[in-house]
Amino acid sequence: MYVEALNQAIFEEMERDDSVYYMGEDVRASIYGASKGLFEAYGENRVLDTPLSENGFIGAAVGSSLVGMRPIVETLTSFMWVAMDQLISQLAKMKYMFGGQASLPVTIRAVMYYNNAAAAHHSDRNYPMFMNMPGIKIIVPTFPEDAKGLMKTAVRDNDPCIIFEDGNLGGIKGDVPDNKDKELLIPFGKGKLLREGTDCTVVGIAGGNIHALNAAEKLEKDGISVEVIDPRTLVPLDKKIILESVEKTGRLVVVDPAHKVCSAASEIISIVSEQGFWNLQAPPAKVAAEQVHVPFTQALESLIFPTEEKIMNAVKGTLE
Amino acid sequence: MISKEKQFLMLTRMIRIRLFESALIECQKSGEIVGSLHTYIGEEAVAVGSCVALNDDDYIAGNHRSHGHPIAKGGDINKAMAEIFGKRDGYCKGKGGSMHLADFSIGILGESGIVASSVPVATGAALASKLKNEEFISLVFFGDGASNQGACHESMNLAALWKLPVIFVCENNQFAVTTSYKDSVSVDHISDRASAYGIPGVLVDGQDALAMYEATSEAVDRARSGEGPTLIEGLTYRYEDHSLGLASVRRDQSYRSDEEVEKWKKRDPIEVLKSNMIKQEIITQKEFDQIEEKEKIAVEKAVDFARKSPFPAPEELYDDLFTDPIEYA
Repeated sequence: MYVEALNQAIFEEMERDDSVYYMGEDVRASIYGASKGLFEAYGENRVLDTPLSENGFIGAAVGSSLVGMRPIVETLTSFMWVAMDQLISQLAKMKYMFGGQASLPVTIRAVMYYNNAAAAHHSDRNYPMFMNMPGIKIIVPTFPEDAKGLMKTAVRDNDPCIIFEDGNLGGIKGDVPDNKDKELLIPFGKGKLLREGTDCTVVGIAGGNIHALNAAEKLEKDGISVEVIDPRTLVPLDKKIILESVEKTGRLVVVDPAHKVCSAASEIISIVSEQGFWNLQAPPAKVAAEQVHVPFTQALESLIFPTEEKIMNAVKGTLE
Repeated sequence: MISKEKQFLMLTRMIRIRLFESALIECQKSGEIVGSLHTYIGEEAVAVGSCVALNDDDYIAGNHRSHGHPIAKGGDINKAMAEIFGKRDGYCKGKGGSMHLADFSIGILGESGIVASSVPVATGAALASKLKNEEFISLVFFGDGASNQGACHESMNLAALWKLPVIFVCENNQFAVTTSYKDSVSVDHISDRASAYGIPGVLVDGQDALAMYEATSEAVDRARSGEGPTLIEGLTYRYEDHSLGLASVRRDQSYRSDEEVEKWKKRDPIEVLKSNMIKQEIITQKEFDQIEEKEKIAVEKAVDFARKSPFPAPEELYDDLFTDPIEYA
């Protein structure tokens, strides 16, 4: 499972390198699952339960990384708002602002819970805002293998990394390759072809890929062949795999659980429009979250996010 | 008793800061440097008294009033000057400027333009010391204005809770731009807030380098012996406006009277230390003049170094954003 894959990655990296430590709220009790067993295995100097002070403890993680530690910080996307000063003014900017003197091997696990009656304060999918800020690597794994391999790469990376984990994928099952050598490292900036097709390219972000694959399967029955691509990381972004796919299919739909304005989908469509325009046979389409806060009531929340049906309609729209 | 050598070191670094800042003011008037300039003149004893109490491998972090801190810790004034000129040989290759001096090689983890933002960072350096079971400690400078930021309070709670080897030094220069701390701080003294975290809070005469040194030394001992953080408030005064050079910040001294400024100038930190050293008969006026002359030449050389250093080239724009370059669309 996705959460277990993350847990394996964290265990392996903490075992491999003493400078890796884990911090966050309620991580010793592991209420979200990914830190299960860490405290028992590594103790109080490697697994830190923090006060509810996101700006304070994320800043402390940043400061510790400057002097040789490699923190993994667990938080929720919605709690990042109160830590924006440290995430942006320090974590993102320090290396550049200090002319390269700073090394910031910080991994932030930012879990996104949404589409589960969590209401406006616990449903954020804010990776596009961080894409807009130079200096942060942005990881959006969909499958357990990718979650594990990208997490391990992030911990070993010397730059700030934020892994946006889709909370709807926590229980998703998938094979993780035999990890006897403990070296499942997936490079950043390498997208993955999830399904081959010839009529339309669908690029999925995080949980968007699950809907995209389901839509592709249904569309196949209608005789429409959909290619599904998972970029896996948004910074750096594998432009090549997307542009080459569009060159083949001539059509593009991007599925993005984030709000649609200035979303990851906006950026991907912009890149294809600028650099692959002459390969397009139809206007690209964006299937992203509505530009409104997430309402509590399921009667309305169900209207917000990408669904199979919305993706199928968008793909058909490009073929009209 | 503070050794003669340490007192000379303090005096030298205070004079260096004063002359460095004075040279900057001239360079700004002549148009050679651009951007805002927050000078440390009048506050020298706070940074120097604290930094001389640290070891070379201890860490410091600071704020937008950034020049005094690295010089107090023994930073290279050529690199500092070149940085403020925006030149390639500056500490940050010209990318940080006046508010963001940093020298990681001697433990200066950088100065933050957002007030209080370096307080969590310094707390984190202290956390690393504890987790690694090492001896080094960290010290962070912030102002009276910054003391009202949540980052300060979160960090003091965290540091007290985990007994981290960090020293919080509030440089109370009494004004956040034009707002008096008396109009923005809910207690009489910022150091009073220490009791809320169960840590010692000390109010120190920030014009007296020896007093700052002694208070910091005590905090250093506490930090190194695992007893946790200390909050030190150095009551001081800035002679110049909040920021020089920003056209948008009106030169407005109406928030404080000329008499008040003159009163503080009469207790000038360099004079306070000098007269104390003369009283102890460890320095003569002649020796003082010699230090001043030597530092004057060093600062002139720094200005010359900065003038001669090239600006960064256009192709350096994206350098150092990441360890290995990433191509954005």
